[in-house]
Amino acid sequence: MSGMRTTKEEIDMLAIRNRLLVAAVALVLAWLPVGPARAGAGPDLVILDSMASLYQGVSFDHAAHEALAEGCATCHHHTTGSAPLSAACQGCHAAGQQASTVACQGCHQAEPFSAEALRTKDLNIHLYHTDKVGLKAAYHLACMGCHQQLGGPVGCQDCHARTDAGDAFYHAGAYAPPPAPAGGSGE
Amino acid sequence: MMKITRRRFLAASLAGGAAVTLAPARKALAAGSFEGYPEGMGVLVDLTRCIGCRSCEAACNKEQQLPAPAEPFDDPSVFDQTFHGGTQKRRTDESHYTVVNRYQPEGEQAPVYRKIQCNHCNEPACLTSCFVNAYTKTREGAVIYNPDVCVGCRNCMVACPFNIPAYAYSSVLNPRIRKCIFCYDTRLKNGKPPACVEICPQEALTFGHRKNLLKIARERIKLHPDRYVDHIYGETEVGGTAWMYLSAVPFDQIGFNTALQKEPIINNVKDFLATVPMVLAIWPALFSGFHLLAKRKGGHGEDHAQPQQEENKP
Repeated sequence: MSGMRTTKEEIDMLAIRNRLLVAAVALVLAWLPVGPARAGAGPDLVILDSMASLYQGVSFDHAAHEALAEGCATCHHHTTGSAPLSAACQGCHAAGQQASTVACQGCHQAEPFSAEALRTKDLNIHLYHTDKVGLKAAYHLACMGCHQQLGGPVGCQDCHARTDAGDAFYHAGAYAPPPAPAGGSGE
Repeated sequence: MMKITRRRFLAASLAGGAAVTLAPARKALAAGSFEGYPEGMGVLVDLTRCIGCRSCEAACNKEQQLPAPAEPFDDPSVFDQTFHGGTQKRRTDESHYTVVNRYQPEGEQAPVYRKIQCNHCNEPACLTSCFVNAYTKTREGAVIYNPDVCVGCRNCMVACPFNIPAYAYSSVLNPRIRKCIFCYDTRLKNGKPPACVEICPQEALTFGHRKNLLKIARERIKLHPDRYVDHIYGETEVGGTAWMYLSAVPFDQIGFNTALQKEPIINNVKDFLATVPMVLAIWPALFSGFHLLAKRKGGHGEDHAQPQQEENKP
């Protein structure tokens, strides 16, 4: 028994050591880009699947979008250190303000309408950022705006395949209703 | 017992008449308008964000356990459906509490999608029209109803300025009114957003305290005056609604009734209703008085303190 415990402790220690190492590397990396981050400094591929249930996660080709976007601020606002595009944001963040995390979920909540989130919003309604969208909308609004303007894919399944649960939810695919007589639904 | 003199009678009639004429003015002070519960919740529908994916329809169907749809919820062909000779787009009915319709405003490149559902008025006309009190405006802002007391008179369908309550014509034994209830039973009263809001990928639906939503809506218009029409539909319409809309195109181009009054519907009849008890109380006395006076002229010296029953009728 004690041998097993030792092994477990050793594994825990290893895990902690690994985490410390990763943290140290991350710290070093965070300081590497001097000034605003430039295109090309981001990851090549990001899997966006933290909310996936009705649809599979999205394999987001970050590198390709870096080339298309004007700059990091197009999607990341001021968090990468460059000046935000919106004049309204520049009031406070004109110099850019590098954030500790640049991932969407660092700022955009997965559940923007939970009782807790709404209570916080109610308390801070006279401050800024009261109209910050949730994580799902942050993804979709950022993607769809450009995709509609630049002719990118805009269909739901153009970016993420629907799961079986999704088919059931939408009464589509294998769950599609039998063809109904013409005349519409329930009128 | 006091005898009715001519002088006393005239004074009483004048006072009564004055009470009737003054009643509406007094009512305006006393009744006022209900501005909605201060902590009431609402939803801000930003039509500039809606992409017509119909996920809200699917979520509503699942949450409210409605019958399976005739077409899949990802089928955009439903946007082409029209009824009544092409004059009517899809409407809410007993098995669809919310419906998204597509509009193509003149001079616009992209179509506009508009979700309709119960707007959950601050002072609902359906509620005030219901004589069995089936409807309730909850303090959370939802307009719910008790199908068990509904007698199927369908007054609410006529009263609703948005044509939302639908009748379950298909149910022979237990027909009743059906409509969006803001997911009150399963979500709202537990502090959760309605199912349609939660599923919306674009956050075209923003859930929150109504007073905060108004602030957010004004802020959006102020930040993007080029993107929005300077109007929050539902802020004042029929006394204000819990669900409100922002749009890039004029509201009358996308099916909204922009001729609605600012006052709650009930205010149209409050004045009249206030005079009903007045009439019931004063007219019998007034006309009895006339009658008594007329009788008195006829028979001098008779005692009229105890008139006969038939003579007392108005």
